[in-house]
Amino acid sequence: MSKLTSLFSEKQHNLLSVFFTAGFPKLNDTEQIIKNLESNGVDFIEVGLPYSDPLADGPTIQHSSSVALENGMNLDIIFSQLEALKDSVKTPLVLMGYLNQILKYGESKFCQKCKDCGIETVIIPDLPMIEYENHYQQLFTNYGISNVFLITPQTSEERIRKIDKITNAFIYVVASASITGAKGEISEKQMAYFERIQKMNLKSTLIVGFGISNKSTFNTACKYMNGAIIGSAFINFLQEKGVAEIPSFVTEIIE
Amino acid sequence: MSFFVDKNGYYGQFGGAFIPELLYPNIKELEDNYLKILESDSFKKEFKELLDNYVGRPTPLYLAKRLSKKYGAKVYLKREDLNHTGAHKINNTIGQILVAKQLGKKRIIAETGAGQHGVATATVCALMDLECIVFMGEVDIKRQAPNVARMKMLGATVVPAKSGSKTLKDATNEAIRDWIGNPEDTYYLIGSVVGPHPYPDMVARLQSIISKEIKEQLLVQTGNENPDMIIACVGGGSNAAGAFYHYLDTKNVQLIAVEAAGLGVHSGQSAATSQLGDVGVLHGSKTILMQDKYGQVIEPYSISAGLDYPGIGPLHAFLHERERAVFMNATDQEALDAAYELTKIEGIIPALESAHALAVLPKMKFTTGQVVVVNLSGRGDKDLETYITHLKDE
Repeated sequence: MSKLTSLFSEKQHNLLSVFFTAGFPKLNDTEQIIKNLESNGVDFIEVGLPYSDPLADGPTIQHSSSVALENGMNLDIIFSQLEALKDSVKTPLVLMGYLNQILKYGESKFCQKCKDCGIETVIIPDLPMIEYENHYQQLFTNYGISNVFLITPQTSEERIRKIDKITNAFIYVVASASITGAKGEISEKQMAYFERIQKMNLKSTLIVGFGISNKSTFNTACKYMNGAIIGSAFINFLQEKGVAEIPSFVTEIIE
Repeated sequence: MSFFVDKNGYYGQFGGAFIPELLYPNIKELEDNYLKILESDSFKKEFKELLDNYVGRPTPLYLAKRLSKKYGAKVYLKREDLNHTGAHKINNTIGQILVAKQLGKKRIIAETGAGQHGVATATVCALMDLECIVFMGEVDIKRQAPNVARMKMLGATVVPAKSGSKTLKDATNEAIRDWIGNPEDTYYLIGSVVGPHPYPDMVARLQSIISKEIKEQLLVQTGNENPDMIIACVGGGSNAAGAFYHYLDTKNVQLIAVEAAGLGVHSGQSAATSQLGDVGVLHGSKTILMQDKYGQVIEPYSISAGLDYPGIGPLHAFLHERERAVFMNATDQEALDAAYELTKIEGIIPALESAHALAVLPKMKFTTGQVVVVNLSGRGDKDLETYITHLKDE
């Protein structure tokens, strides 16, 4: 059983995940960010691999990616940082990166490195389901890696059911038709969409992301789903307040 | 072996639709409908009428006598520069705007580098009374002020792309992000044979009018519809795709794709993707792209803003891999020299992009009587400032 699966078997409500871009604000902040998030009660952590052309991301994450790349972050460095944390960090880590990074690094080498670092879950936003099934599912399974799929308000019921069937991590419920980034409160239209998903009785754990920025949006999302992911709002916080203030960010949301 | 797209949207290992789930419904809608629309009688009729009477097709196929004499071959120029808006780009925008209308879309978005595709998109949006938003890198907006003014005059909103390197690739990213945010009413009108399937195939089909006409015109002018060689420049590769299309399976027609070498292929300031790149995913398609060892996309350079794209369309990646096309390149200086030469001996000022295609003529060893078609993809009005600046240096 993966760390994430055992987490979900113990906790099914108000799951909080936080996303950060590896190498931002500073190249070597990874350890301090992860440990701070873990010790303050974040349930699982998404580690973003900075990319030059992050298609699905809004200005905040784009900017953090550019800074991280300028800081010299790359896959070899993040893997060595994560490997050093393997024994001390118990919180499940999820890697989020774009397909080209994995292709160029070498798919098998990438999987092996994930395994070495104790990474069991990846999110690759530009890897479509059909390509996953044809070219990656077997490889990932061999290395004990689960792939997370996204669904959006435009995803058909038939496709959601299919995603539910092949998912063994969680389903990433994109809160609205948009790129990542804060958008204020959750609208009634979004709540109706969450309700529609909720009523489908899917087997997978459902985690909402894109536009979850504070206690209020987190709580609303958790009324319908198992938990939520905060990304851009955390990046903005790191930019303004710095790594040392992380405890206040997390407690603000879960207190 | 076929060089046309297969039923899964691939050219060999290249192509596909590597898109976030957020775009799946948009791409699926297009994939399910594009062939039905393109092959319908009503589309064909309207497309032809607009190409004939609005764009000014067929464009001439001109035997350039002085150029021919100089290089020892029969050099024909396919005059795409004489199209309305000054380049081949309008063939595609006319076609796609009809597709967008058929799909009931109200809002058109596009990316542009030099501004040629932006102008061609703004033009068809004005024609069809549709809202038009063009994403353009902040750097390119400064470099290409006249085209920005043209787009605005045509009623388009020009949105600066401020991410990454602030050029064409980032404008493309911004257009895709806009589409993610507006999945229902918006049509993304891509300007080249790039992007997720079905765009590369759709754009190639719409540009294939170029080789269709070359065939008909060569038959009349020489008695043989096949030339010995076709030369076209490649950035993303839409004019080359159009010029090659009906010859892809005719093996004895040699296809020459010319990339921009900037200051030299290995100078670090180049856009010769096939020479410098390798397999990867860019803008939703598996192709050849310029990237570092960690898969980060490298910003290319060329004097020609229409050729400085870090990838090539998947069809071209396939033609390169299978050696169906020969990939050559021309530096900034070689392109400038070719442009000045064509201007002086034929009285035609070519676009800088097209000048790259002309620039390989001196590198060829022709035998007498060989028939060579150069696709003159655009006119040089937009490049006058560059030409004037460099003429002083000559």
